[in-house]
Amino acid sequence: MVEELLIKNGVVYDPINGVKGEKKDICIRDGKIVEEVKNPKVIDAEGRVVMPGGVDIHAHIAGGKVNSGRLFRPEDGRKGIEPKTKVCRAQSGYSVPNTFATGYRYARMGYTFVMEPAMPPIAARHTHEELIDTPILDNAALPLIDNNWMTMEYVKSGDIDLLAAYIAWMIKATKGYGVKIVNPGGTEAWAWAKNCELNDAVPYFDVTPAEIVKSLAEANERFEMPHSIHVHGNMLGHPGNYVVTMKTFDLVKGTKPYRDRPVLHGTHTQFHSYGGTTWGDFESQAKAIAEYINSNEHASIDIGSVILGDTTTMTADGPMEYSLYQITGRKWTNHDVELETGTGITPFLYSGKVSVHTIQWAIGQELALLIKDPWKVALTTDHPNAGPFIGYPILISMLMNKRRRDESAEEMHSAIFDRAELPSIDREYDFYEIAIITRAMAAKTLGLAEHGKGHLGVGADGDVAIYDITPEERDDAGKIQKAFLNAKYTIKGGEIVVKDGEVVAAPQGKTFFVTPECDEKLMDEMMAKLKDTFEHYYSVSFANYPVQDAYVPNPYEIRAPWRS
Amino acid sequence: MVEITDVVCPLCGCVCDDIVVEVEDNRVTKVRGACAVGKSKLMGHGRIKSPAIRENGALKECSYDEAIKKAAEILAAARRPLLYGWSSTVCEATKVGVELAEEIGAVIDNTASVCHGPSVLAIQDVGLPSCTLGEVKNRASLIIYWGSNPTSAHGNHMKRYSYISKGYFLPGGKKDRKLVVVDVRETKTAKMADKFLRVEPGKDYLVFSALRAILYGNEDVVPDEVGGVSKNDLLEVASMMKETQFGIIFFGMGVTHSRGRHNNIVNAIQTTRAAHTHTKFNIMPMRGHYNVAGFNQVCTWETGFPFAVDLSLGYPWYNPGETSSTDLLIRRECDAALLIATDPGAHFPGESIRHLANIPVIQIDPFANPTTEFADVVIPTAISGVESEGSIYRMDNIPLRLRKLVDTEYMSDEAVMERILEEVRAIKAKEGE
Amino acid sequence: MGVKVKLISGRTVAQGQNLDNKLSEEYFNAVALCELNAADMTKIGVSPGENVKVSTKYGTVVVKAKQGAGNPEGIAFIPMGPWANAVVSGDTKGAGMPQYKGIDAEIEKTEEQVLQIRELMQQYMK
Repeated sequence: MVEELLIKNGVVYDPINGVKGEKKDICIRDGKIVEEVKNPKVIDAEGRVVMPGGVDIHAHIAGGKVNSGRLFRPEDGRKGIEPKTKVCRAQSGYSVPNTFATGYRYARMGYTFVMEPAMPPIAARHTHEELIDTPILDNAALPLIDNNWMTMEYVKSGDIDLLAAYIAWMIKATKGYGVKIVNPGGTEAWAWAKNCELNDAVPYFDVTPAEIVKSLAEANERFEMPHSIHVHGNMLGHPGNYVVTMKTFDLVKGTKPYRDRPVLHGTHTQFHSYGGTTWGDFESQAKAIAEYINSNEHASIDIGSVILGDTTTMTADGPMEYSLYQITGRKWTNHDVELETGTGITPFLYSGKVSVHTIQWAIGQELALLIKDPWKVALTTDHPNAGPFIGYPILISMLMNKRRRDESAEEMHSAIFDRAELPSIDREYDFYEIAIITRAMAAKTLGLAEHGKGHLGVGADGDVAIYDITPEERDDAGKIQKAFLNAKYTIKGGEIVVKDGEVVAAPQGKTFFVTPECDEKLMDEMMAKLKDTFEHYYSVSFANYPVQDAYVPNPYEIRAPWRS
Repeated sequence: MVEITDVVCPLCGCVCDDIVVEVEDNRVTKVRGACAVGKSKLMGHGRIKSPAIRENGALKECSYDEAIKKAAEILAAARRPLLYGWSSTVCEATKVGVELAEEIGAVIDNTASVCHGPSVLAIQDVGLPSCTLGEVKNRASLIIYWGSNPTSAHGNHMKRYSYISKGYFLPGGKKDRKLVVVDVRETKTAKMADKFLRVEPGKDYLVFSALRAILYGNEDVVPDEVGGVSKNDLLEVASMMKETQFGIIFFGMGVTHSRGRHNNIVNAIQTTRAAHTHTKFNIMPMRGHYNVAGFNQVCTWETGFPFAVDLSLGYPWYNPGETSSTDLLIRRECDAALLIATDPGAHFPGESIRHLANIPVIQIDPFANPTTEFADVVIPTAISGVESEGSIYRMDNIPLRLRKLVDTEYMSDEAVMERILEEVRAIKAKEGE
Repeated sequence: MGVKVKLISGRTVAQGQNLDNKLSEEYFNAVALCELNAADMTKIGVSPGENVKVSTKYGTVVVKAKQGAGNPEGIAFIPMGPWANAVVSGDTKGAGMPQYKGIDAEIEKTEEQVLQIRELMQQYMK
């Protein structure tokens, strides 16, 4: 590895430090950004756009359901085949790439950090094993803690402190990063082939999804947690669900976050911004959601925007996946996870010829364009649910170029003109705003900025992306798409990993995890109940449950003390 | 004497993880909580004492180094090598195996090829509505074992996870559940059933179709007898399926090994989906070995495909029926084989063994077995789960970690694989000069 | 007099207990056998413990006869292992899986000896 690196003549976009397209030098020594260097290897960026390495706040890249998706879709595996090279292992897959391809492709797009957003706690080891095999990227994973029996029992009894002790234990035991919520209550109901709406009582546990969300937000804020609760709300994918989305966000309006960040991060909000009452009168309600986000400070979102084509849907929202399978009749895998959560997986094709898909395609972009403050928005496709991450450059070019959006709309179903807003929106993102929604916002919202991610200030990780485009070329949508797909250079921890769009080095990344700190007495009380649960109801023993150190060979620990 | 609790059993797909073991003088002397087969594994047997290379028909003892170098020579020189087995070792070893397969352009395959491979093919056709074993324990009031005999093959399955277990919603255990067994003969498991359906060999497919028809409300198309099973019995079982709160079908080799192969499994899954239109219904393959699922997991996330992966072109090509071990051997295509944590000498059809016996074979295993009779290089290793730890996946894909209970002088599977890979790379580098 | 059966192979507890002990007498006794229905044994003219020759399209093997309590007439069971596999076909019908169960076989009494594992393997090594 080169000790000192100097990137000169780059036009730098570093939103966290307020750098808006300034020509400035970036100096790296021993993997960190420094003020100056003495004898560096020099990269002349020649006026190109330079950004911090990309930070993806939500992409399903590692774990049981991702692998089930790979296993049952050899037809997806046959796409994107690349033979091994001196540096790279063999690659396969498109919507469910193998772990090596995942790392290489993200790195080629200039990304250096990805959050795996849904880790079933009992299978956390699996997520971590796949992350170990995902080259280059730093990473973290969010354990699912909302359909868990103990969560629901504490919510019912109103014991928020004990709930906090439980989530602390779960996050520690799984080497996880925070609290993930997916179809709260509904996935437990799905174990009986049922579902739950926001204010329905979960069978047997007799709490509502609304109560679960509110309690988990409060429990989360008992600690100095870097991230807010991360929420995939109820009724995903149903026409008219935008009302549920706003009601869900409203639940935690009064909860005070421990620091300057939202209380709730609503994920893949495209799927939750639906109007109409059936698929027949389905329409976009991105406008309503955007207005909500514009007039509130307690929630952030990532867009979960559609990429046209074939993909694989996979979520812990078991009932939703079942309804999707009933609509398409395609193959469907389900995996109910004892005491905790569930999974559903089914392939899906988004077609520009279908009215519903066309409106869905518009909604994701509408959210980004109608929300005024880009610091509240992250660019995602909920990979692979709305589309594979390899489609991000397409979205970037759409957000930056109205003409490209209009041209695309012409090729798609005419419903986009009367049941969506997109054609009437003129706004175009600039590189600075793109830098916010593809790295700075995520780093800030995840609490990773002070741990070196998402910016180029002194002390940050030497993670840099140099894209083969200059600011003057901002109107060339095609060039934008090409530039963001294969970076001119990607630097990770001061090491050049991508050059001219090719991977030249594949070091292993580090796994970030959070250690919430909790009063011992509280922990002991919770543990007594937890151990009892293991003894009687789990099918694995308590001692064998927590993730062992062997599964996190490159750890980065963030402590989250109890708030006094 | 040391007592070790929460030991993870390294034998069958149940992966019981509450075993208690006593260790004295670096030997396992007592095992509590395991079934007869698991106990036998943990108590141990006579071992292969030393690495060996076959010379003039007889195995001659040698050092690890010599055996590893010889193995590397064989593999580096091979044009169509096969790396097979994996199901009784840990994921860490498998990962090196995949890397080696990529390096030498081998086919990498595991015992699923002769076990639940058809189930994988079926899943690739229609998907798999399933769950973890704890869901069965807590919720399943109807348990169906189809072509599966847990009393013989998965000793603690019913006690820990299904018919005899006590769960959150079924605290009465057996009293709260019903057991249905479908098999060609009345096994010990069948004798425990509330309802036993004796099906004629090769006719499971028909019986699934009949059940599906009934579940979809089309019982009028079902004749009085299907595959040896009476229509009345089918109607009775279908009713049980419709009326349960949560049902599960566990299926085994009875349906993967017999006429129809993966088509039986597709039909089994479709039957499950038909039941699911009435109530919650899941289905689960009874994986035989403690880490057969683990190999499929690693192979899938590393190559994109679960088994029978041909890496001869430097990228993965998957085509069971063409690239599965049995087919490669019957076509006499492979010219060298590395057999690890498996025993094809015992478990492959005779014709496959005939070819294996005629090509250079490297065996990596703690114990001598029929494969040792024709292996050209024998490398004994540590017993995973007793002498070395590692990552494994239970039959329901729950990841667990094997414990190390005693010390050993033997190299681990992972260490041997890494050395072989290292030597192969050295040979190729030299050839490149 | 031979009897036509459907042959299946599979796991037993005794077979499983000796997975790591296959060159032993215990394994031999657990696996080199064929479970038959009592009526079929009478037709063949064999008593438990006597040897039978099992023939399929793919090969023949000699094993000890044993009474299988749950076996209906016409079903023979040999525990999975090298004796069963001497008569199993490698034809996977393009699906990758040999047919280990439901093979047409003929069973007759024989005075021939049951081969030990070494002898069985040597047959393949010619």
